Amino acid sequence: MSHTFTLDGKVVPFVDGQTIIQAASAAGVFIPHLCYHPEFKPHGSCKLCTVKVNGRHTASCTMRAAPGMVVESETEEINAERRALTQMLFVEGNHFCPSCEKSGNCQLQATAYHLGMMSAHYDHFFPNRAVDASHPDFLLDFNRCILCSLCVRASRDVDGKNVFALSGRGIKTHLIVNAKSGQLADTDFTLDDKAAQVCPVGVILKKRQGFAVPIGERKYDKAPISETAESTEGR
Amino acid sequence: MTYQLETAAHPETLRRVAIDPVSRVEGHGKVTILLDDQNKVHQVRLHIVEFRGFEKFIQGRPYWEVPVMVQRLCGICPVSHHLAASKALDVIVGAKKLTATAEKMRRLMHYGQMLQSHALHFFHLCSPDLLFGFDSDVTKRNIVGVAMAHPETAKRGVLLRRFGQEVIRVTAGKRVHGTGAIPGGVNKALTIAERDELLKDIYHIVQWSRDAVQLIQKVHTQDPGLYNSFGIFRSNFMSIVGNNGDLDFYHGTLRARDDNGKIIFDHVDYQQYNQYIEEEVRPWSYMKFPYFKSIGKEHGWYKVGPLARVQNCCQISTPFAEHERKEFVDYAGGSPMHAPLAYHWTRMIEMLHAAEVIKELLHDDDLLGSDLVVQGKRQSEGVGVIEAPRGTLFHHYRVDENDLVTMANLIVSTTNNNQAMNEAIRHVARRYLHGHEVTEGLLNHIEVAIRAFDPCLSCATHALGKMPLEVELVDPEGRIVHSLSRS
Ligand code: SF4
Ligand code: FES
Repeated sequence: MSHTFTLDGKVVPFVDGQTIIQAASAAGVFIPHLCYHPEFKPHGSCKLCTVKVNGRHTASCTMRAAPGMVVESETEEINAERRALTQMLFVEGNHFCPSCEKSGNCQLQATAYHLGMMSAHYDHFFPNRAVDASHPDFLLDFNRCILCSLCVRASRDVDGKNVFALSGRGIKTHLIVNAKSGQLADTDFTLDDKAAQVCPVGVILKKRQGFAVPIGERKYDKAPISETAESTEGR
Repeated sequence: MTYQLETAAHPETLRRVAIDPVSRVEGHGKVTILLDDQNKVHQVRLHIVEFRGFEKFIQGRPYWEVPVMVQRLCGICPVSHHLAASKALDVIVGAKKLTATAEKMRRLMHYGQMLQSHALHFFHLCSPDLLFGFDSDVTKRNIVGVAMAHPETAKRGVLLRRFGQEVIRVTAGKRVHGTGAIPGGVNKALTIAERDELLKDIYHIVQWSRDAVQLIQKVHTQDPGLYNSFGIFRSNFMSIVGNNGDLDFYHGTLRARDDNGKIIFDHVDYQQYNQYIEEEVRPWSYMKFPYFKSIGKEHGWYKVGPLARVQNCCQISTPFAEHERKEFVDYAGGSPMHAPLAYHWTRMIEMLHAAEVIKELLHDDDLLGSDLVVQGKRQSEGVGVIEAPRGTLFHHYRVDENDLVTMANLIVSTTNNNQAMNEAIRHVARRYLHGHEVTEGLLNHIEVAIRAFDPCLSCATHALGKMPLEVELVDPEGRIVHSLSRS
């Protein structure tokens, strides 16, 4: 059955079972997000996709659309909240864009630009997390993990391997590798794993490839995140 | 070649004068002078706080990040670090010989950097001293004063620099923090549109560089009493030289000469640099003091940079710069010129050479090629050396089997000139300060001597305008008896 709701005044059609973000992106409307990925079950953890439905905050990646809903997304208030969440992600990890090989292809950076983030605003935690370079083809730089769990879902649900997991709670939550040694080399992780391709930031990196694509030709150099293929599929 | 005035016999009885320019992140320089009651100079030291922590910081990082990360070392010549690191990593990835496109793109980037750095230093930082005099009216002795009195000169300075920055942008992707060079090559070639844009301006750039050499030559030769002796000291000198002993900023082998110009070593593969050069630590300075092992600590120190390079090479491959080199050598009279102020003259000869090389490269279709990267047998250790605007720059890395850096050692240009700069300011202090009341004009003489070497700190503090300066005369009990500041 096809119904509609309104998103910032625009009429958006949806079919039963679709979430707000799914319907919005099918209609070509971008809602900022980090832990949502159209190919995986939603996780609802980053809260970047927060919208107001009939006046109440909710994550648009987990909330199913319903007929007649009044959804607000691009408001100054909501974008200020999204910006604050993004700033917190920046200070919790070590995100030095100028020397990060993911710069220009990074969803966190692109989202920060989209939201007009000018500075980190909060004090940096400067965590000291060792990299895992044990695997012959991949490097894990945990300093940049935003705990979106996409690699966890991809490895478990698509690759059937369970290479990654989130461990700990609250501010202590961190990504671990499921091996006795804790090292990526001691798992069956390989180049063609889905989990090798999903990290939105610069944690799971193919070795010896960094900086091979020149500035100007990287994904978000060409178009801002709100206009990339994924977010305009319905336009 | 002595350590006179490095350490006073009885410092406890002397007054202390500190010239303490507040600086931005790149480095922090400070001169301390100990004077007695008659203002006689007993000790002069230049301290530069170097960003040594970097060598630790890079440990444990993947090697391919290094050429991008090292640019954070220095906001003034990041391209030099970018390329020196890339050259060291070429060795690590077994890239023995780069493709023609890769080598020429890197060379273009580097010569663009040389042009912009030398133009900035000469026009923006030094022309006020050189055109108005070292103790001229301080309110006019700045780039704004130059723009008023010599508008054409000031304008050309800006345009030369901007052209150099544009060369960097098209080769590295950005004016600062570019990513153009990668281990084994480059990530982009030049497009026809980029090349044509640069070709539009390059002929004026060469001409203006020729004019700049004429200007400094005139300033120098009109006042030989000052220019040939200010801050003078004799020393060894070193640089890399290219094939056939040509002046080459990008690649070559190490050559060193003594103060009479006699070869100390030549054709040295820089992978072996640490068999020839040792770095001494002295308790009063964070910056090390390098010297030639074969000569020893006391007499083995040397100078680097334009004055060393232009006199170390046998010839320059481009015609206008070669003509100017010969004029300079003739003026020097057949033996090496050691006067620090001659750095300015040789720096402009180098800027002219950089402009001419850029012009040649822009006519070379290899820059438009598509063969960008090579690799070979992986190595665990590599050294990259380049002639940066300020002199020879060494980057040395070890990388483990997991691709992480385990050791980094850098000898930056300013460190190579450490002893030389100390000698120059001691000479100036003895000649101008000794027995006089300290004034701003006299202190500027010290800075003029430091600035001739174009150490990073001078740019770092100068780029914003005037060097903020505080001088305090402190009596033996530590009380401030007199203070002077400008900001
Ligand atoms: S490693 Fe990447 S994909 Fe995995 S949780 Fe961290 S940020 Fe998400
Ligand atoms: S995208 Fe919805 S909570 Fe992260």
